[in-house]
Amino acid sequence: MVRVDYDKCLYCAGCVGICPVDAITLYETRIVIDEGKCISCMTCVKFCPVGAMEG
Amino acid sequence: MKVDCLIVGAGPAGSIAAKEMASRGYDVLVVEKKQEIGPPKRCAEGITKHGLENLGIELHPLCISGRIKGAALYSPSGKKVTMEGEQMEGYVVERKIFEKWLASEAIKAGAKYMVKTQAMGMERINGKWKVKIKSIDGLQEVEAKLVIGADGVESKVGRWAGLNTVNKITDYHSGIQFEMANVKINEKYIHLFFGRDVAPLGYAWIFPKAFSANVGLGILEKGAKMKAYDYLIKFIEEHEDIFKNAQPIEINGGGVPVAHFTEMVADGVMLVGDAAQLVNPIHGGGITRAIHSSIMAVEVADKALKKGDVSKEVLKEYERMWDEEYGEKTKKLMKLRAFLEKLEDKDFELLADVLQGEDIYALTQAKLSFLIKKIVTKPALLGLAKKYLMD
Ligand SMILES: Cc1cc2nc3c(=O)[nH]c(=O)nc-3n(C[C@H](O)[C@H](O)[C@H](O)COP(=O)(O)OP(=O)(O)OC[C@H]3O[C@@H](n4cnc5c(N)ncnc54)[C@H](O)[C@@H]3O)c2cc1C
Ligand code: SF4
Ligand code: SF4
Repeated sequence: MVRVDYDKCLYCAGCVGICPVDAITLYETRIVIDEGKCISCMTCVKFCPVGAMEG
Repeated sequence: MKVDCLIVGAGPAGSIAAKEMASRGYDVLVVEKKQEIGPPKRCAEGITKHGLENLGIELHPLCISGRIKGAALYSPSGKKVTMEGEQMEGYVVERKIFEKWLASEAIKAGAKYMVKTQAMGMERINGKWKVKIKSIDGLQEVEAKLVIGADGVESKVGRWAGLNTVNKITDYHSGIQFEMANVKINEKYIHLFFGRDVAPLGYAWIFPKAFSANVGLGILEKGAKMKAYDYLIKFIEEHEDIFKNAQPIEINGGGVPVAHFTEMVADGVMLVGDAAQLVNPIHGGGITRAIHSSIMAVEVADKALKKGDVSKEVLKEYERMWDEEYGEKTKKLMKLRAFLEKLEDKDFELLADVLQGEDIYALTQAKLSFLIKKIVTKPALLGLAKKYLMD
């Protein structure tokens, strides 16, 4: 499972568009990860421009 | 609630689609999850004049924050190539005003809008889409004959309709940007900086505005040694002449889908703009392509709704129209991107020696044979050119 550091997140939604299993949703300004779906592939961690996604 | 067409997302793609649908007399609802249409932007706000003219769009003057005459490109060592001319003229818009203006034009044409309203999921029942939306008024269901997914890179509409819209990290720029005040640079140009240590497999930019500038970069993860943010901080530190007394007034980020591979339609569903990865694969500009896709989509939607048949087969005509207009060019630009991605800093220096301003414009227009002719004069680049540019 990955987690979001909300102090860093810019809610740009970039991570949402590359999650292969649709585990990430942006609710206006809040990124939420669906634990049941996440397969810990770390793609979002590699992508995030500010390092707000932590593996 | 029942509508002819539900549009998810009020970015440029969504609002143009809304205006086009409403002006043809359809009952249109646009839902936008943000409380305010526009911010935070995921955009450097650059648009060319001819791009807008081709689409028949005359900007409201309040949308325009900067007027651009040309572009200056910088090699890793700082060699500068400038290009000017009619084709290079453009604007740096104030995106939140631009998006609100587009929405207001759609509303004048008769479209309905809901803000702070998020599409949550959808189901196909008896040939209609039932879409769940959540707003201040709670959870509601909208029944729509047609759903237009204008929901950007984070598109869920495509996924809900079973389309493969998932971007790949190898073709998806990690973008980061400050808007900064007191940036010292020629404000008649957009400025683009290249180099493996500047912005690996992408570029850094400065787009001047009325009293600020967008300063950002996009990188591909496979070439990067650190986060996009770290590269941006380094870029600013290394250009003291430009940023000495500059300060940020905004920070934003985003993903740029620089490869288009998704299908654009399903039964009763059309994807437009970034949701369908319709971005120029070389420079990442997506505003005019987003708008153009919406204009094409509505042309096809109109015929389909009149016929009473919004099946995938009928809506496919939109995809064909798109491919006819952009397919060939996009393929060439993808080739060019593969070539550029292989360039080391020393190769960029060689390119800066042989390319003149107008050559670079030709490149962005996918005139590859032209590049090859130039490259022949630099044997060191021939191998790469043969491998990536020639058939
Ligand atoms: C850093 C960066 C710089 C860029 N610079 C430029 C540039 O200079 N020039 C250029 O032409 N292009 C640029 N682009 C690309 C450009 O921003 C996009 O191509 C353009 O915004 C696409 O428009 P769109 O309407 O398709 O999507 P968007 O503008 O992303 O709009 C999508 C909208 O849908 C909403 N939405 C999403 N999901 C839902 C939901 N479930 N329910 C309700 N609403 C939803 C979002 O909130 C958003 O408002 C840049 C991109 C980035 C990341
Ligand atoms: S990519 Fe990073 S900054 Fe952007 S929304 Fe995801 S976690 Fe936040
Ligand atoms: S780690 Fe992979 S599966 Fe999990 S949220 Fe990130 S991209 Fe999605």
